[in-house]
Amino acid sequence: MKYMLLIYGNEELWESFPPETFAEVIRDTDALHEELRASGEFVGAWGVADQAQAKTVTVQGGAPVVTDGPYLEAKEYLGSFDIVDCDSLERALEIAAKVPFARYGTVEVRPLMHEAAPEA
Amino acid sequence: MIAEPRVEDLLRRLAPQVLGALVRRYGHFDASEDAVQEALLAAAMQWPREGRPDNPRAWLVTVASRRLTDHLRSEQSRRRREDATAARAPADAAVAPAPGESPATDRDDTLALLFLCCHPALTPPSQIALTLRAVGGLTTGEIARAFLVPEATMAQRISRAKQKVKAAGSTFDLPPPAERGGRLAAVLHVLYLVFNEGYVATSGPLLHRADLTREAVRLTRAVHRMLPEDGEVAGLLALMLLTDARRSARTGPDGALVPLAEQDRSRWDGRMIAEGTDLITRTLATTSRLGPYQIQAAIAAVHDEAPTADDTDWPQVAALYGLLDRVAPNPMVTLNRAVAVAMTSGPQAGLDLLAPLDDDARMAGHHRLVAVRAHLLEMAGDTAGARDAYRAAAAGTTSLPERRHLTARAARLSGGR
Repeated sequence: MKYMLLIYGNEELWESFPPETFAEVIRDTDALHEELRASGEFVGAWGVADQAQAKTVTVQGGAPVVTDGPYLEAKEYLGSFDIVDCDSLERALEIAAKVPFARYGTVEVRPLMHEAAPEA
Repeated sequence: MIAEPRVEDLLRRLAPQVLGALVRRYGHFDASEDAVQEALLAAAMQWPREGRPDNPRAWLVTVASRRLTDHLRSEQSRRRREDATAARAPADAAVAPAPGESPATDRDDTLALLFLCCHPALTPPSQIALTLRAVGGLTTGEIARAFLVPEATMAQRISRAKQKVKAAGSTFDLPPPAERGGRLAAVLHVLYLVFNEGYVATSGPLLHRADLTREAVRLTRAVHRMLPEDGEVAGLLALMLLTDARRSARTGPDGALVPLAEQDRSRWDGRMIAEGTDLITRTLATTSRLGPYQIQAAIAAVHDEAPTADDTDWPQVAALYGLLDRVAPNPMVTLNRAVAVAMTSGPQAGLDLLAPLDDDARMAGHHRLVAVRAHLLEMAGDTAGARDAYRAAAAGTTSLPERRHLTARAARLSGGR
């Protein structure tokens, strides 16, 4: 079963990190990814660029309308996301708790939909 | 003129035989498995270009043995120490392969491999991956694509599975008779899971998942050939055939799931139904041990024999689910039984059967329970209750085809549109 771990935070939080904390978080993140690779549970991990680079697209009357920034006013933004493939929700939550950013921000765990049949 | 089997099919069929021969000769299940995989790849590259060898099996054994001994020697020198197990490889193994083993040994080898790959120390996803590679002869890349994970992830999963089998001290022998029943049940469960993974009748990029269904049928056929007397093996094969026969009717042109009652039965595969029905009929007449796969196959046969949904012999289906609930009690079985009972004794009788499941920790709030309840409420004419339950069930599933189906059912009950 695949799960998406969405790691949220905001500029205020990220900018408040002293350099050594940031280095520690990066190191721990790399270590977690390495652990997941070794256990065969790693599907992928991506950081998303600053929200200043976000664009929002809607189609109005058949024409695309592009605006700057995220659609909604939010206190926390998506900073990065991991996709893992593991045996249970419990295990996915365990992995989420190991995400270093969980110590500072929040990690949302969402099961991914799949195309498999329900039950034969 | 007799058509030659495709190289790919031939390789897949020979894979467990070659692996069995190597493990028998050298031990080292994990290293042998890698060596066989390399030999299969070499064959897939060379044979179409340079022609097929006279004895494909011996060719593969020779090439795989050479890879294995090379690997063991380099390991040995890398470690700079005596490796007791590598010494077991005779020095001339690379140039003097033994002639083909007897078919009886091949038969036992394939079974022993299946038992090894479905070792109880492994989780089901690992059992599946290892079985598809070591017995099915699929490449790591093919398995990774089927399960939509990166190849490196699948490679790691397979390598860990092999280490676990090794750590569990498993030997390459058939399990002792006392354990064999339980171990065979694990093998059948893995084959059933592989079948289910692939049983999604969508097209396009997901077609490769349908290959998993074919692979499950092929491997189950092989086990059935090896153990023709085993009723559960025959039952599982019949169940797969009778279920897969409905594949093309199971999804609409838009990819939406079509429930059994609404399927265009003219699109069912009559030949598969005939084979499955014949197999389960013969099995039930002679079986000494009635098990869940045989009963499920019998139920599938009753459905497949009905020319229209209205012709379904529901009392027979309800009785078979009642039997299944006794032989292998399971809340999922109770769900199906409730539907059959509703068809014979009315929706309220079905709803009554569901009530105790709300207190079952395995089922309380489970979307399947909610979906069946929605269906029975709809039958009972409780439109609002049914609509809410369909919506709740749709929110609870992670299967996209199932969610689309449940959402559509809820929408149909909203204002009659």
